[in-house]
Amino acid sequence: MGEETVRALKGISFTVNKGEFVSIMGSSGSGKSTLLNILGCLDQPSSGSYLIDDRAVKNLSRNALAEIRNEKIGFIFQSYNLLPRTTALENVELPLLYNKKVSTKERRERALDALNKVGLASRLYHTPSQLSGGQQQRVAIARSLVNEPVLILADEATGNLDTRTSYEIMSLFQELNAGGKTIVFVTHESDIALFTQRTIVLKDGHIVKDLQVQNRANAKELLSQLPKEETI
Amino acid sequence: MSTLNLIKIAWRALLINKMRAFLTMLGIIIGVASVISMLAIGEGSKEGIKQQISKMGANMITIRPGAATQGGVRLDNSASQSLTLKDLAALKKETSLLTHISPQVNKGGQAISGAYNWPTSLYGVSPEYLPIRVLTLASGSMFTPSDVRTAAKVLVIGQTVVDNLFPNGEDPVGKTIRFNNIPFKVIGVLNKKGESTFGQDQDNIMLAPYTSVQKRLLANTYLQSIVSSAKSEDEAAAAVEEINTILRKTHKLDGMENDFNVFSQQELISTFSATSEMLTVLLVAIASISLIVGGIGIMNIMYVSVKERTREIGLRMAVGGKGIYILLQFLVEAVFISVTGGLIGVALGLGTTAVISTTLGWPIKITLFSIVVSFAVCTITGIFFGWYPAKKASELDPITALRFE
Repeated sequence: MGEETVRALKGISFTVNKGEFVSIMGSSGSGKSTLLNILGCLDQPSSGSYLIDDRAVKNLSRNALAEIRNEKIGFIFQSYNLLPRTTALENVELPLLYNKKVSTKERRERALDALNKVGLASRLYHTPSQLSGGQQQRVAIARSLVNEPVLILADEATGNLDTRTSYEIMSLFQELNAGGKTIVFVTHESDIALFTQRTIVLKDGHIVKDLQVQNRANAKELLSQLPKEETI
Repeated sequence: MSTLNLIKIAWRALLINKMRAFLTMLGIIIGVASVISMLAIGEGSKEGIKQQISKMGANMITIRPGAATQGGVRLDNSASQSLTLKDLAALKKETSLLTHISPQVNKGGQAISGAYNWPTSLYGVSPEYLPIRVLTLASGSMFTPSDVRTAAKVLVIGQTVVDNLFPNGEDPVGKTIRFNNIPFKVIGVLNKKGESTFGQDQDNIMLAPYTSVQKRLLANTYLQSIVSSAKSEDEAAAAVEEINTILRKTHKLDGMENDFNVFSQQELISTFSATSEMLTVLLVAIASISLIVGGIGIMNIMYVSVKERTREIGLRMAVGGKGIYILLQFLVEAVFISVTGGLIGVALGLGTTAVISTTLGWPIKITLFSIVVSFAVCTITGIFFGWYPAKKASELDPITALRFE
C-alpha cells in the first residue's frame, strides 16, 4: 500500500470557551471526523497544536492520551456504543473503571447520579436491548457525564433517532449546557445545529463559517409543539 | 482497573458464550486428564515391576561363579567351581553391609510321596534363606543350624509341591518325601508366593540344608550361588563393591578378571524400569500433544473473541482504557478458560485413573508431581496462547476499532 499524506485539515484555528455549546457542521470529506478525532484525543495533529484545559496534546504516548480521554472528555457516538448484555448502570460506570482515583462506592454513586440527570433513574438495570434508541443514547450521555469532563464530544448523536427523540435529546443537551457543561456537537443536520450557540462550518479542511447562532431554537418548546405521540 | 473487575469482565464474557467457552475448555480438560492418567499408568507399571522384583527378595544380592578361564578356555558358568564354602565364611566374617548370607546349591529331580510324584527342584540353603527371599512358613518350622551341621534329611516345601504330592488335603508336616531315592522328612510348609515377574512358579521348590544336598545328592563342595541381603536399598551398590573386594581377596585375583559375578536386585529393577520409563515418556508425549492442541483452541477462540468485540475494545479505549487493561482483560479470559479446564481436567484424570485401576486392575500410581506439572503446564499454555490475541487487541487503533463493522 502506498502511503499518501492527506491533509484533512488546513490551517484551522478556533477556541471553544468554557460553557459553550458549539456545533461543527460540514459535508462528508470536509475534515469533520479528523477534527473530532483530534478534539477527542483519539488522534494527534501532524502539525499545529491542540490545547485542552490548558494542556497541550502533542507527541503524547497512547497511555497519556488514554488518561486525558478518561479525565477530560466525554464521548457520545451516533451508534451509542453501549456494551451489550450489560446494565445501564454498569455501562455508565465504565469510564470510572479505568480511573484508579475513584473507589467502587464512589463509582456507583456517580453513575447513579449521572443516570438520574438524564432521566433514567427507573431503568438502572436494563440492558441496551431492553431500551429504546432514545433511552440508549441517554445512557451514553450519562456515561459521558460520569467522569465530569471538561468537554463533551457528540458525534452525530441524533443521527439514528427520529425527530421527536432527537428533540428530546437536544433538550437534554441544552439543559446540560445551561448547567455549565461545554459541548461540541458534530452534525450535518442544520436544524439540529440551530439548538447550539455557535456553528463552525468546515469545507475541504477549512473553516468557512464560524458564527453565533441567531434565532437559537429551544428544544423543549419545539417538543411541546409537535403533534402528540399516537399511542397504539 | 482492579483484578476483581478484570475477573468479572472475563467471567461475563465467558457466560455470554457458554457453549463456546466449554468446548474450548474441553480441549484443555482432555489434555490435562490424559497427561495425568498416562503418567499414573506409567508410574504405576514402574512401581508394579519394582514391587514384583522386591517380592523375589529383600535387597537381594546374588553371587554366581562365572567368567572362569582354564588354560585359555572360557568355561560355562555352571561348570565353574570358583565359589566355595570358604568364600561364604570370608563374606560372613568380613562384611559390614550384608545382613543375611546363604549358600545355594540345587538339584532338579522327581519328588515322590506315596502314589504321587512331581518334578521339582531341591534347594540346599541355610536357614537365613527365608528372610533373604522373603519367604514365610505356613506351618511347621524351618531347619536349624544344627540340622545344617548334621546334614539332616529334612525338607521345607512350597505350595505347588504340597498341592501335587498331597492332593487330598492331608498335612504334609511329618510325612516323608523321596527325592532321588533319598527319603526326606517334611518339617515345614511355605506360604504361597505366586509367579515371579518372569513367569517362574516360586512355589515349586523344596528347601533342605545345603550340607545335605552337597553331601547326599551332589557329592561336591562347590556352591552354585550365594544369596544375601544388603542392609538397605541405598547400600546395595556399596554392598556389591564390598563383595567384589572380599571375594577378589579370597580368590587372590590380583590383576586378573573376576571369576564370579555379583548382581543386585536394584540393577534388575533399573533394567526393567528402563522399558517402562520409555513407555511413560512416550505416553506423556502423546498426551502433551493434546494439551498443545487444547492451547491452540484457546488461541483460536481468543482471536474470534477479539474480532467480535473490536467495537467494545474501541469504546473501552475511547473512555480511557489503556492498552495494558485491554490486554489483561483478554489474557484473564484465556487464563480463566485454561485454569478452569485444568481443574476439571485434574478431577477427570483422577477419575479415569480410578476407573482404569478398578476395571482393568492395572497398577496405578498418582504422583503429586504429575498433578502439579500438568496444571502448571496448562496455565502456562493459557497465558502463552492467550497472549498474542490479547496483545493484538491492546494494539488496536481506537478510531478504527470504533468504526469496525
